[in-house]
Amino acid sequence: MTATRHGSADASIGGAASRAEVCVLACAEAWRGDGEILASPMGIIPRLGAQLARLTFAPDLVLSDGEAYLLDGETVEGWLPYRQVFRLVASGRRHVMMGASQLDRYGNQNIACVGDWARPTRQLLGVRGAPGNTVNHTTSYWVPRHSARVLVERVDMVSGVGYDRAAALGAPGNRFHEIRRVVTNLAVLDFPGPEHAMRLCSVHPGVSVAEVVAATGFPLSVPDDVPETRSPTAAELALIRDRLDPGGARDREVS
Amino acid sequence: MADKVMSIAEVVGELRSGMTIGIGGWGSRRKPMALVRAILRSELRDLTVVSYGGPDVGLLAASGQARRVVCGFVSLDSIPLEPHYRRAREQGTIELTELDEGMLHWGLLAAAHRLPFLPIRAGLGSDVPRVNPQLRTVRSPYEDGEEFIAMPALKLDVALIHLNRADAQGNGQYLGPDPYFDDLFCLAATRSFLSCEQLVPTADLLAGGPPQSLLVHRMMVDGVVPTPHGAHFTSCVPDYDRDEAFQRVYAQSAATPQDWEQFRATYLDGDESQYQKAVS
Repeated sequence: MTATRHGSADASIGGAASRAEVCVLACAEAWRGDGEILASPMGIIPRLGAQLARLTFAPDLVLSDGEAYLLDGETVEGWLPYRQVFRLVASGRRHVMMGASQLDRYGNQNIACVGDWARPTRQLLGVRGAPGNTVNHTTSYWVPRHSARVLVERVDMVSGVGYDRAAALGAPGNRFHEIRRVVTNLAVLDFPGPEHAMRLCSVHPGVSVAEVVAATGFPLSVPDDVPETRSPTAAELALIRDRLDPGGARDREVS
Repeated sequence: MADKVMSIAEVVGELRSGMTIGIGGWGSRRKPMALVRAILRSELRDLTVVSYGGPDVGLLAASGQARRVVCGFVSLDSIPLEPHYRRAREQGTIELTELDEGMLHWGLLAAAHRLPFLPIRAGLGSDVPRVNPQLRTVRSPYEDGEEFIAMPALKLDVALIHLNRADAQGNGQYLGPDPYFDDLFCLAATRSFLSCEQLVPTADLLAGGPPQSLLVHRMMVDGVVPTPHGAHFTSCVPDYDRDEAFQRVYAQSAATPQDWEQFRATYLDGDESQYQKAVS
């Protein structure tokens, strides 16, 4: 890792953004323009990102406590038990950012198991809600350790549906399918174009394009000019460090 | 009105090997653990367990009594991967019907409504149909013509749930923030058994919570068992939170067969009162 790291202790002296803080902002950006929908982040940095988006450029976002309450800051503004989560999923008023044990170039995601499903070498979470999420509403992914073990040629058990599978499904079944972006500890990736193959969208400060390509287990679409991921502004940094995560939990997920 | 109060042993006495048993709660939350522990002391085997899986599935996988699990996940929440279930899957000792969480909900709803299936979008395009070759699709008969997964009814022989309060007739009340799907499990089952933290007179139910906290009605319940602390070590808020320290002990018992045998001998071989003494 080439970027200079600054822990949360630097907040008072306004140090440059750490890698984790760049990732928080890159996750936040996934929900830009989503309006009044439920943002469902899975993981520490996606959660901080959703909260940052809510506090800044996406004030209409709805956030849950991960249990059964909708929270406006500390205030309970609604009730969302699991039975209502499923209805909300089916109604499309949600954008989830899930993790991925494996993710391929078309955004097929695996969180279920590694190896042959019939007798896996590693049983993981199970498909959980990933099949339903991905055909019902917008999905993004968070990969805290970008590597060829995660970004693979072929996933072992398609839990979240990718663009090639959605295309095979055809209209109208695929009309709610959208993978907005993939945020990793190295880069932001998206799926533009008719093929919807994963493209390198931006690299985080201090990361080279070659580093991302080498850490990806399939040929990545790389434009001639790859911009740098936006770093948080001073105001965004202050929110992350002083209000959302004074304890520095973000540094446990990305270092 | 019938008094439906039973003992834990009487509930388990109603179960048979080979049954499909739905278990309420979610992950490591409000599971009817006293009833699960009693199953572990029984000779029951070849069970199919339908669950938003937690240590209920883990224990029945570890004991070898669950032949098949029907689920979308098995998790201890604060420990994301249920280690006993994981071991059973990796050693090939348990069969799995793997569904999207919403499909499981829909299968229970179809059974509750006495429908053969309900259409659902979830599952399309994923590998869920690949690993469930019995799944069929259905096309909308209206002009949209859209194709869906035809999620078959998940009919249960028995449902086991745990709630905060109940009366002797089987009216049950949850006092935490989430009902999970316990009412649906009961409606999807031929017979349902409700364990509760506290048995109260019917007239006292509404003193504990609003009318909408009365989640299950006596016409959905065949037996009631007071099992104080009976969801332990899963959470049963507001009566108690998850016992995280004990859950870690439970999780560590999946490390080797010897660890499991020792855990079992220490905590599970005795009856419920001995368990409660051992963990208090």
